[in-house]
Amino acid sequence: MTDATANGHKVKTDAAFKMPSYWASVFAITLLALLFHVIMPGVLPDRWWPEWEIPAEEWLTTRIEWLKSEATIFGIAFKDITRAIGEALKAPVKWAEYVLYRGHANIAWIWLAIILAGVVSYVSTLRNAFIACVLFLSPIFLAFFLGDAAPEAITSLPKTLSGLLKDIGAKALYGPVPWVAIAVGIALLGHWIGGWRLALLCALSMVYLALFNVWKDTMRTMTIVVVAVPMAAFIGVVLGIWVTRSKLAARIITPVFDLMQAVPHMAYLAPVAALFALGPVTALIATVVFAMPPMARCTILALQTVPEEIIESGKMSGCTRSQSLWKVALPSGKRTLMLGINQVVMQTFAMVVIASIAGAQGLGHKLLYSLQQLKLGTAIELGIAISVVAIVLDRLTQGYADKETDHFAAVKSWGQQHKHMLIFLIVLVLTYIAAIWFRDVVIPPSKLVYTGAEGKVTLFDPKVLARWMDGGIREFNKNAFDYINPIRDWVTLNFLIPVRNFFLWMPWPVFVFVVGAAAWRYGGLSVLLLCLSLMASFIVTGFWEETMKTTYLVLIAALLCVLIGVPLGIWAARSDRFAKILMPVCDTLQTFPSFIYLIPAIMLFRVGDFANVFAIIPYAMVPAIRYTYLGLKRIPQVTVEAAIANGTTKWQRLWKVELPVAIPEIMLGLNQTIMMALAMTAITALIGSTDLGQEVVRSISTQNFGRGILAGFFIAALGIIADRIIGSWANERKKQLGIG
Amino acid sequence: MKNVIKGIAAAAVIAMPVAAFAEAESDDPIIIVQNNWTSQLVLSYVVGKVLEEKGYTVEYAPSDSQLQFQAIADGDMHFQVEAWEGSMKSAFEKAVENGMIDAGTHSALTREEWWIPNYVLETCPGAGSWQGLDRCAEQFATAETKPKGRFVGPPADWGKNYADRIDALEMNFEAINVGQAATLWAELQSAYDRKEPIVLFNWTPNFIESKFEGQFVDFPAPSAACNEVKEWGPNPNATGDCGAPHSGWLKKAAWSGLAEKYPGAWSVMQNVDFSNSQIAAAALLVDVDGMEPEEAAEKWIEDNADVVASW
Repeated sequence: MTDATANGHKVKTDAAFKMPSYWASVFAITLLALLFHVIMPGVLPDRWWPEWEIPAEEWLTTRIEWLKSEATIFGIAFKDITRAIGEALKAPVKWAEYVLYRGHANIAWIWLAIILAGVVSYVSTLRNAFIACVLFLSPIFLAFFLGDAAPEAITSLPKTLSGLLKDIGAKALYGPVPWVAIAVGIALLGHWIGGWRLALLCALSMVYLALFNVWKDTMRTMTIVVVAVPMAAFIGVVLGIWVTRSKLAARIITPVFDLMQAVPHMAYLAPVAALFALGPVTALIATVVFAMPPMARCTILALQTVPEEIIESGKMSGCTRSQSLWKVALPSGKRTLMLGINQVVMQTFAMVVIASIAGAQGLGHKLLYSLQQLKLGTAIELGIAISVVAIVLDRLTQGYADKETDHFAAVKSWGQQHKHMLIFLIVLVLTYIAAIWFRDVVIPPSKLVYTGAEGKVTLFDPKVLARWMDGGIREFNKNAFDYINPIRDWVTLNFLIPVRNFFLWMPWPVFVFVVGAAAWRYGGLSVLLLCLSLMASFIVTGFWEETMKTTYLVLIAALLCVLIGVPLGIWAARSDRFAKILMPVCDTLQTFPSFIYLIPAIMLFRVGDFANVFAIIPYAMVPAIRYTYLGLKRIPQVTVEAAIANGTTKWQRLWKVELPVAIPEIMLGLNQTIMMALAMTAITALIGSTDLGQEVVRSISTQNFGRGILAGFFIAALGIIADRIIGSWANERKKQLGIG
Repeated sequence: MKNVIKGIAAAAVIAMPVAAFAEAESDDPIIIVQNNWTSQLVLSYVVGKVLEEKGYTVEYAPSDSQLQFQAIADGDMHFQVEAWEGSMKSAFEKAVENGMIDAGTHSALTREEWWIPNYVLETCPGAGSWQGLDRCAEQFATAETKPKGRFVGPPADWGKNYADRIDALEMNFEAINVGQAATLWAELQSAYDRKEPIVLFNWTPNFIESKFEGQFVDFPAPSAACNEVKEWGPNPNATGDCGAPHSGWLKKAAWSGLAEKYPGAWSVMQNVDFSNSQIAAAALLVDVDGMEPEEAAEKWIEDNADVVASW
């Protein structure tokens, strides 16, 4: 026997020695309890006693009503405070709209201010340019600070000017930033961050957005992203710093973050919509709240992992406390912080798409509308646009995090250092000038038309392509339905429905016992107590049935994800060529809006749990693939070589060495898979279900916010229970393997 | 040159906080609610464009069809052009109690009822009425509902309980509720392509009539007595044994402050009136001719210049 395989065996026997006695007794007790339930139904409770139910739902709903109508803080009505916040946030959103796609007289005014500053600084001093600029922009300042009290004659100046400009035909000046300029700008950013490859990716993506007539909607979505990202990042950093400074803050905030990240996107909308006015602002606030925790986490991580020597050297140079934070600790954690930004951007973007339900314009709204009209082709084009934007945002922020400091900056001239910026400014000015004659420079045309001698020829029309895709999907459905339907019926009748009925039939003490046993065995007392209190929360509030339906759906989906995902991950780890194909597919699956899977799933499988499971899998499977792949790739080379040297076959090596070593990592993948499947239940609710996800979605439209918040919390509770148990198991296993 | 660039940069820096917070528009926009079905989108743009023509600033805000009314009552949104009796009645009336204004009823009549594609009549000739449909219930069965037929019902939160009606009429059907309207259409499209019997919830006017041929199933005509008196209707032992109204209202909803803040716009909104054929024509431009809702609105205004002028 080799060291490596012996090691593998040793672990197995080790575990085999301990586990049966514990698990055999758990299993026996469970079985006896279930048997007892069959023989004498009604003795073990299958529901919490109604007279002991805690009316959490009514309590929450009345609390929210109270907050909305009566609550006051220091004599100011709570409602007025949320209103004021909402009003204050409207301004930046509006300005982002002006700049990105709407255009406004104030933009022309700012352009003129910039030109003026340029001219004055050329003929006079920088200081005078500054003064001229401030004076020139004063109408906009006045309008803001004085509001309606500002003299009309001054505040209306920009508007008067826009009328004048219209007359002389320079309408372009107060239009939004032309799409050509934004596209070139993104490509330049790509080049600055990641060289030609990234520049090409960015450029092609921009061309896609323009060609498929989704530019304006992308910009609508981006208005919320550009406002939300800095806010979320700022709040995240501040909270992160606070946590590292105060033990009390750490104790309060850390579990709140755990919870926040386990709650599905959709569940954020109801409470925010309840407290704030419906509309883009609600979407913005929900987005900021949702996207902020990763930034805080990364800040904490960055600050806690700064090497002691760096802090010491800062102290020796006489840094004050705040200098040591801002000039030493934070800069040295730049990479982790940038990863935080990356997370914020990705989460923001994902959330904005979903927030269309609560009043955000843009890609998400268009997508839902297309699906509503059964325009699947258009929906797919929009879905690809969403993926494309997400991937560009991801690569740009990640690339920036990895970017190394330019150590030769000092030797380069000013122009060399800022060449990307200079080129962008030139393009910006040129496109604004071009926009006077060519409107297509500002917003891309809806289809490519070539006007030649023989008249107009349509070169490319995204609608035609969309219709063609529609036809394709319908044709496939028509032909495949007869083959797929019997499978669907069989699985539904013989597998899904029996399993669901089992979960609904099972007395709750049995469920609590099994979960508690696992928690106790792997996590000890603290995990057991946590799991018990989380389970109690949904049992005593009367959500047992909905929670069990969710549990059943998620368990089955997770099982299938593992059955499909793990082999794919193994294959990818074996073959680099396959990995090269699979990894971009994973990227796309994870960024592609999951709404789109719903419609084909319904067409093929009809409304029912089969369609629900099918719609969950593509999204939730990705972590199962990724963690398996990474787990296998991270196995130390020596271990693999030892196995080879001992003459194991490929399969022996996989089963006896590689998989046992990689299994903790794979289990963490399962953990993520469960989290994602839980989040997806809020989306499959749109197919038609009666579980927690449905409660979350329905609460938005029925305004039963208490119910929605509770259902969201219980989804999170299930996620946390799974996370703690599986996480503890993986940690223990890693320790046994000596790799933890 | 360097000075110029610095000057420009300085200007940009000064302008930035301005760009982030200033608001120079003196006339506040009128916010029109948009939902996610075609006719509503086109009609919203029609009203919006008419108001813009008159010099108002108009903004559109997408919203959920139930949440919108509270938002209108609160003044967060200002006008909704399509409020349906069948699916929005309770939310509408609740919001009116909270201060939302009922801005009048369109000429268009709405109906929401069980609906079958015409090809169903080939295999089940009596399907036009509920008794005839019930006789071939098994044709509509799926694996889960067997031997009962499957009725694809509206989302549970639309406030219609078809399970109760099925019970009251002792029909051999089971209602399976979908999660959103798109699910209904996906079911219909899939069945329609394969000429498979299906009975589902549908309403008029919407884009379905321009794409699929079919008809509503006739139920006993509704009346107040139906819901109160057990003896009334085909089943002497149950209330609720009747169909939905054949001619439901289609209303407009408005914020209470409109009349004071924008009197001109308010009078237009009160006058706005669409008929069934006008709504169908508007939806057709998008669903069949493939226009964007906004283009369709422009075309509709062009085609109905006299109607628009009368507002």
